[in-house]
Amino acid sequence: MPADSLFIQLPTDSPCVMIEFEGQPLAVPSGISVAAALLASGIRQTRRTAVSGAPRAPYCMMGVCFECLVEVNGVPNCQACMVTVSDGLKVRRQQGARALNALAEEGAHDGI
Amino acid sequence: MASERIDLLIIGAGPAGMSAAVEARRHGLEVLVLDEQPSPGGQIYRNIRESDPQRLAILGDDYSAGRRLADEFIASGARYVPGAAVWQVGEQCQVHYLLEGRSVVVQARRLLIATGAFERPMPIPGWTLPGVMSAGAGQILLKSAALLPAGPVVLAGCGPLLYLLAVQYLKAGIQLSALVDTAEHRDILQAWRHIPKALLGWRDLLKGLSLLAKLRLAKLPHYRGARALRIEGAECAEAFCFSSGGKVHRLPTNLVLLHQGVVPNTQISWSLRMRHQWSDAQLCWRADRDQWGETSLAGVFIAGDGGAIGGALAAREQGRLVALAVASQLQRLDGARRDHLAREPQGALARCLAARPLIDALYRPQAENRIPHNEVIVCRCEEVTAGQVRADVRFGCLGPSQAKTFNRCGMGPCQGRLCGLSVTEVIAEQRQVSPSVVGYYRVRPPLKPITLAQLASQSNHDLSPETP
Ligand SMILES: Cc1cc2nc3c(=O)[nH]c(=O)nc-3n(C[C@H](O)[C@@H](O)[C@H](O)COP(=O)(O)OP(=O)(O)OC[C@H]3O[C@@H](n4cnc5c(N)ncnc54)[C@H](O)[C@@H]3O)c2cc1C
Ligand code: FES
Repeated sequence: MPADSLFIQLPTDSPCVMIEFEGQPLAVPSGISVAAALLASGIRQTRRTAVSGAPRAPYCMMGVCFECLVEVNGVPNCQACMVTVSDGLKVRRQQGARALNALAEEGAHDGI
Repeated sequence: MASERIDLLIIGAGPAGMSAAVEARRHGLEVLVLDEQPSPGGQIYRNIRESDPQRLAILGDDYSAGRRLADEFIASGARYVPGAAVWQVGEQCQVHYLLEGRSVVVQARRLLIATGAFERPMPIPGWTLPGVMSAGAGQILLKSAALLPAGPVVLAGCGPLLYLLAVQYLKAGIQLSALVDTAEHRDILQAWRHIPKALLGWRDLLKGLSLLAKLRLAKLPHYRGARALRIEGAECAEAFCFSSGGKVHRLPTNLVLLHQGVVPNTQISWSLRMRHQWSDAQLCWRADRDQWGETSLAGVFIAGDGGAIGGALAAREQGRLVALAVASQLQRLDGARRDHLAREPQGALARCLAARPLIDALYRPQAENRIPHNEVIVCRCEEVTAGQVRADVRFGCLGPSQAKTFNRCGMGPCQGRLCGLSVTEVIAEQRQVSPSVVGYYRVRPPLKPITLAQLASQSNHDLSPETP
């Protein structure tokens, strides 16, 4: 676990899987969420806001706050706290503005 | 269509959903349970079937107690689909969910919404900084990923869950910088009138008291009656500031966990335009239900903390009652038998709920942490401050739904989950009316992010035997 991580992991016997964050390989325990894996790997910010560019990171870990939105294998707007890590998973920071607004706009249509 | 075979569809595999499924199977109902988590348990028993002895020891007996229910549920013969995120619910018990990137639609005869609670927003200055999370998030990291804070951590706010996490961290040998408690001794005096009835629920009360006693024994710095909470930092949390006992404190820290109680997750019930009431005691919205849990939409039920906060044991009993009512509606039980079987869960439920008013009064979140000063962000997604909402009220904005068009609050991806209550209360305060007058956001599907491609590929739920 990197020195600057806010979290440490209890010893477990779960094997590691390799994921990629912004092109960087990370060895993370299997069975945990992408958000947990990023936090454990010392990644403190996962996105910047569309409006002011402020840094943000996962807040609730249970699918409520949507602060953890990332791009997973090219699909934007994935809740990192709700996706389980798997070998070869490619995660990228979501570049705020467009993606978030597109989602909100899509959501604003009645009856989708 | 094969879907006629689903008698009861349950959204949520927490204590409410699992016990409803077990009871419904006893009466021969065909049950389908959807949950977005990878394993059953809900919030309290998250990951219970996968936990190891070390974590079980840290999390304590109340957590381990969930194992039996989860095992019973898995063995009950209910069809259980983990990883299924419900994004739309129709009035006629039609449910759309996302599973592995595909959308699936399923029709049932009766529907139980058992989606539980989430933590009340705690809008204080600096709460959007990286390094600030909810206490629930800290506990989820422990339950599902065996992660613990690496350095000293500040826990701030109030409520049993905050004290529980403090005790669990202490058991794990984690260094707590402080517990900054917004509750104070005076609150106990204000809560005294609830005590006689609450004694019926003495087990719950004892639990709360024993948690506090453990914290005292650990000699943990415990500040009470904390006010003017604030997190300092530029790109991430650097310090936690507050005043307590007439002194101003500044604790350097990179990790702050906030909590001030839980509130029902009303996304689905609002999206169905059900009748809701504002609860002054619990400071949240609650969908109307009858004694069996049936809502203002016939055939649609709610059980557990998603209806009103009652805790895991109450959720369990409510789940059983829903199952009995559905079994009776679908002619598997006659009314007399239903009433007879309901007596035990009804009695247990009354005992569980007896201590609630006292707990609500003891840990009532402070107004300043719900209805914050102008500069504090209430809508995290669109970065709307309390001041902007107040200004819009002066320009004629009457409620949260209108506020959306004034300043976009509630329009972001979280769809108001994390600002709805704050915006309701800020507007009510500014207009000097009750929250019940200003109402809530109009919640619309999709309740979860879904792409047009996923939507286009929607299929019917497959009931073939290999479905888990
Ligand atoms: C983070 C957190 C931690 C908690 N920890 C404790 C604790 O340790 N001890 C304690 O006594 N109480 C705890 N609680 C209180 C909790 O509310 C319990 O009282 C109990 O879990 C409530 O049971 P329930 O069955 O009503 O709902 P829950 O247990 O919350 O179960 C609801 C389930 O519904 C699922 N769900 C929600 N929305 C959707 C959707 N759209 N699609 C698919 N599935 C969905 C969720 O994944 C969840 O599994 C916690 C609450 C929270 C929010
Ligand atoms: S951290 Fe809140 S939705 Fe993922």
